[in-house]
Amino acid sequence: METVKNFDHVDQIIDAHQGEASSLIQIMLDIQAENHWLPQEALARISKRLAVPLTRVQHIATFYKAFSLVPKGRHQIHVCMGTACHVRGAPRVLDTVEDLTGIQPGETDADLKFSLETVNCLGCCALGPVIEIDGKTHGNVTTARTEDVLKSYK
Amino acid sequence: MPRLSTVEELTEFRQELVATREANRPCVAICAGAGCLASGASEVIAAFKAELAAQGLEAEIDTRGTGCPGFCERGPVVVLHPEGICYLQVKPDDVPEIVAQSLKGSKVVERLLYADPATGERAIHESDIPFYQHQERTLLSSNILIDSRSIDDYLAIGGYTALVKALFEMGPEAVLEEVKQSTLRGRGGAGFPAGRKWEGSRNAPDTPRYVLVNADEGDPGAFMDRALLEGNPHAVLEGLMIGGFTIGAQEGYIYVRQEYPLAVKNVLHAITQAEAYGLLGQDILGSGFDFTIKVHKGAGAFVCGESTALMTALEGRVGEPRPKYVRSNIKGLWGKPTVLNNVETWANVPHIVNRGADWFTRTGTEHSKGTKIFSLVGKIRNTGLVEVPMGMPLQDIIYDIGGGIPGGKKFKAVQTGGPSGGCLPEEMLHLEVGFDELTAAGSMMGSGGMIVMDEDNCMVDVARYFINFLTEESCGKCLPCREGLRQMHRILTRICEGNGRAGDIDTLEELSEVLTEASLCGLGQSAANPFISTLRYFRAEYEAHIEQKRCPALACKGLISYWIDPEKCKACLICMKRCPSQGIEGGKKQIHVIDQEKCDRCGVCFEVCPEKFSAVVKLSGEPVPESLPMAERTLVRGSGK
Repeated sequence: METVKNFDHVDQIIDAHQGEASSLIQIMLDIQAENHWLPQEALARISKRLAVPLTRVQHIATFYKAFSLVPKGRHQIHVCMGTACHVRGAPRVLDTVEDLTGIQPGETDADLKFSLETVNCLGCCALGPVIEIDGKTHGNVTTARTEDVLKSYK
Repeated sequence: MPRLSTVEELTEFRQELVATREANRPCVAICAGAGCLASGASEVIAAFKAELAAQGLEAEIDTRGTGCPGFCERGPVVVLHPEGICYLQVKPDDVPEIVAQSLKGSKVVERLLYADPATGERAIHESDIPFYQHQERTLLSSNILIDSRSIDDYLAIGGYTALVKALFEMGPEAVLEEVKQSTLRGRGGAGFPAGRKWEGSRNAPDTPRYVLVNADEGDPGAFMDRALLEGNPHAVLEGLMIGGFTIGAQEGYIYVRQEYPLAVKNVLHAITQAEAYGLLGQDILGSGFDFTIKVHKGAGAFVCGESTALMTALEGRVGEPRPKYVRSNIKGLWGKPTVLNNVETWANVPHIVNRGADWFTRTGTEHSKGTKIFSLVGKIRNTGLVEVPMGMPLQDIIYDIGGGIPGGKKFKAVQTGGPSGGCLPEEMLHLEVGFDELTAAGSMMGSGGMIVMDEDNCMVDVARYFINFLTEESCGKCLPCREGLRQMHRILTRICEGNGRAGDIDTLEELSEVLTEASLCGLGQSAANPFISTLRYFRAEYEAHIEQKRCPALACKGLISYWIDPEKCKACLICMKRCPSQGIEGGKKQIHVIDQEKCDRCGVCFEVCPEKFSAVVKLSGEPVPESLPMAERTLVRGSGK
């Protein structure tokens, strides 16, 4: 779905939800999961197929944290900013990740290598501070260890 | 796979299951909850399967991935049945030794057992570990008995007997009466009596009615519901079905956050299984009761945990709260009567139906009955999930179960109730946990997050953290919440950065009042709590930040400096090499000095300085001492310096 000239994937997902307008968010989540971001063309397609105004689709896409309107890098870094991680030093870990990658939360670097996001709690509080990269959880990351963790991703 | 169409068929099937299972059949139970998986549990499970196969034991010994037993700190947790030997922090490399010693032989692997931090004494069984000893595990205990993905396991331990009892023996009125008698209060936050909520919906004339599970566990630092839904999804489904039957609903929804992929997977799997067995769908077990359950994934918005916002989101729209002129149990999802309870509340229902309200009310305080699961996290030795009777004093939870504060640090505060809750200081540790007790102390029960903080945590920073969290999560619909939080956040940030002004505390108090009085939904109404409670108990810290530009906890980046004590520095080069700003001068045999201009206060030097030297110190509210002149920086070994 690089350029989304063909809507097969989008259509398949919509069909899997029987094209119901009440499944709008679920459909968008599925597309996000598959494509890692929501291209404008996909939003327009959803709007047309479900007969839902495009403004509502846009509203949802910008309201919820799970959605991205820009392409994502090869590796997605989620720094947990939950309370348990916070009291164990997550802000300093985030600072370090920002320094090392040169990007802020919500951004993707120029080489499309890393995308950085913060999340409010991954529920692995016993291991805090936690960063999750491509679904793999790295626990007890100190500022000093962050660099080693990031280096292992090419 | 059987399709069970009558109670007799279910009973017969259950008997067969129990009969074919040898009670003492050896089994390796490995926690497959998200916490242990993050610590490498799937590799451990694979290692056990491979090793048992290699030793030709796979026919005699089962391997089971269970739900979370709660002791996440020491994961992956492995329990060997039937002996109940409990191994902690097991690595795949340990597996051959465990198989050889404990499964083929009958020895225990000493080094993997729990060791008492004070005495070093080893505990062989799970029940001997103090972390478990002081708990009362009604809801969590099943987690470790079953494979989270097996309905047969759940049936074998008596699953769905409460549903049968409700459908065939009690009827909806009696179930409602029992739940009302139990005085079960919602475990999601406000603690509203579940029975009264159900009754309102049951009596509402409008149809169809709906029952919903709130599994949008958004409170940072809380993961009770995740553990239940991942570990024992059928218990939640059973509770929900009983609720649906009681109020006359035929449709149930589970709203679960997509940040919990394993919970989504396990609950979807559980629904498919229950449907295949005929426990969900048309005419369940021949009772004439039809019921279906759908799962809706939350797309990441904290406010969607609020009841009306959750229902709006379920309808496929942006999850903004709506005013509650009429309660949602009368006019909820699609304007119809809707009962919304959280995961833990629903999980209590089968127990109440099976064992009765009298049994349930035997535990707890006057107004808070039953047990409560807390996620005990932060600066605590035994992090994890704990289930305790309501009314247990905070200090028992923190010290007896949690093992106290690690690293010889001093306890400072415990934060309960999530972002809407508050911080309680040491003098409140005698407090018995219960809905009303916590609220009276300026905090709240919330969903059960319990975050322990030590002397290194700054209370102003904690307030700023929560206000920042809520500023980002405010949906923006009503002005007091949207703008009030933003202003509070600005002021708190400026205080933490050392730019606090006289009068800031008054302004914050004023803003808090408006937020509490004028916001549309629970998020805004309770949003000022983190500030109000920290001010109530830790006013001196606010004043130190504003008046002396000093952070007593040495935590606020803008108010601290790092300095290397020349008396202690052994010129080991470690901090110099690790400093990301190249801000440390020095060399071999030359005492290191931090260039304060270059230092961006990341704290790496403080972390990496070997403990035996502890030469890097944090300073706040005082000037950084002049650095030694170059000529005096040479380290003279053996001089005592």
